[in-house]
Amino acid sequence: MFKRLAEAGAPVAITVDGKAISARAGDTVAAALLVAGIDHCRTTPVTGAPRAPYCLMGVCFDCLVTVDGVGSRQGCLVPVREGMTIETQLGKREAGR
Amino acid sequence: MNASDLAPTYDLAVIGGGPAGLAAASLAARAGLSTVLFDENPGIGGQIYRGITSTPVTDRTILGEDYWAGAELAAEAKTSGALIVGGATVWSLDPQRIVGVSIGGKARLIEARRVIIATGAQERPFPVPGWTLPGVMTAGGAQTALKAQGLLPAGRTVIAGTGPLLWLLAAQILRAGGKIEAILDTTPRANWLRALPHLPDFVLSPYFAKGLKLLREVRAKAPVVRADRIEAVGTERLSEVRFGRGDGDRRIAADLLLLHQGIVPNVNLAIAAGVAHEWNERQLCFQPVLDPDFGSSVPGIAVAGDGAGIAGGTAAAERGRIAAIAAVCALKPQATVPDPQTVRQRLQREEMGRAFLDWLNRPAERFRQPEGDTLVCRCEEVTAQQVHDMAAMGCEGPNQMKAFLRCGMGPCQGRLCGLTVTELIAQQRDTTPAEVGYYRLRPPVKPITLAELASLPISEIERKAVER
Ligand code: FES
Repeated sequence: MFKRLAEAGAPVAITVDGKAISARAGDTVAAALLVAGIDHCRTTPVTGAPRAPYCLMGVCFDCLVTVDGVGSRQGCLVPVREGMTIETQLGKREAGR
Repeated sequence: MNASDLAPTYDLAVIGGGPAGLAAASLAARAGLSTVLFDENPGIGGQIYRGITSTPVTDRTILGEDYWAGAELAAEAKTSGALIVGGATVWSLDPQRIVGVSIGGKARLIEARRVIIATGAQERPFPVPGWTLPGVMTAGGAQTALKAQGLLPAGRTVIAGTGPLLWLLAAQILRAGGKIEAILDTTPRANWLRALPHLPDFVLSPYFAKGLKLLREVRAKAPVVRADRIEAVGTERLSEVRFGRGDGDRRIAADLLLLHQGIVPNVNLAIAAGVAHEWNERQLCFQPVLDPDFGSSVPGIAVAGDGAGIAGGTAAAERGRIAAIAAVCALKPQATVPDPQTVRQRLQREEMGRAFLDWLNRPAERFRQPEGDTLVCRCEEVTAQQVHDMAAMGCEGPNQMKAFLRCGMGPCQGRLCGLTVTELIAQQRDTTPAEVGYYRLRPPVKPITLAELASLPISEIERKAVER
């Protein structure tokens, strides 16, 4: 869906659902997921529908992911950090975490 | 910067680091007010100047000169003496000007003698069938990814909607070497009727020449098709876009659909702080009721920038300056400030041509008042039909609707359904959005964890805040 215009920024190693992904310094979690081609970052609590980042500006909350064990963080507002572990969220089960 | 490093009180707290917030903080700090600026994004610039101090897009022609104009504003703010805190989420503001802020998982309450809310704008909800599918994003989102991370849409990209930002994004994508399958222009032709009387002003405004150039640039490289119906189709993600005019039905395979139909003030924090709002019929949104200095109905709280009503980035900076001058005059009357009349004149010039743009790009009713199974509330997955039915059964307002259907109760707190729900109720009950009103909003306006709340230190102000 997205590609990098320039490989600027130092590589930052993160994992998404246990899979290693190379992000770049300056990425937010949501941007890193988008460019890695992850198709969704959570499913909804009501119908379990897949959702991906929609606004990238902190408004829609569709980018909610678990970051280093803390659930429901807005991926578009959190900068990536070396060694960060990100988990996609299953709406029904983990909404309350 | 840690939450614990914040002082307990500041003369001025500015919330939001876009053009209005940067200009306001900069002016106030230079005049000698102890000033703190909070922004929830990692870097300053707001949406318009997103990534201005860090963007990997070094070819200046891609984002354009209007974007790079933000660099000066950012540099001025940085050297002004204002404390600028990124990654700081303001989750509450009360009429006593106690600001609840969370930084790196730790929360604090601080007191400000004056507050300038500069939380800017968000994109207007664009509820079309399938707008929640992965692969559908806002044009503003794609622009943010381009500015902040240098990400360019790859694969088959379709852009749909109306408004200046749509064309700007298209131009930026094309300049960066990206490809656009189609631009679906949803601007209703009938808008020209109401826009035309404002054309002379627009022609004299800086937007005119720029706008024409942009349109020409985009049209030369991307097919533009008019559409009055748009549907995103796919099962787990977007696979095609269906669109048409009248009875026509066309489809185009797509990996990414970027939607945009203008921007509206980000009202959540101001409403939760008790600031009175009113309906703006031209811009089809709620905006705060403000005096000429951008002071709100709550003493000591001003709202500047696009949050005060949409006027664009350069106007936002001037509005921020006017609000800051008022704060300085109130707290430090002996300080030197720029001549407010000069700033007002500049603001007036910037606001010229707005009426034309607003009327011309007013989104069509069918894209604001959806029907049937189209989701209105993305969070709680409430459909247009449900809202219609409830309104028909006698539900009179958005707050009652919330209680019945849970719309507006999800994590986005109505940011992506508020205007739609208000308009749908007004339509169904044959009244006006002004009459129907907006969701009642209460702090926290951003979710805050129990751990963050528990991290609050107990100080005098903090006790005051709780013991009322
Ligand atoms: S993508 Fe909308 S809040 Fe993060």
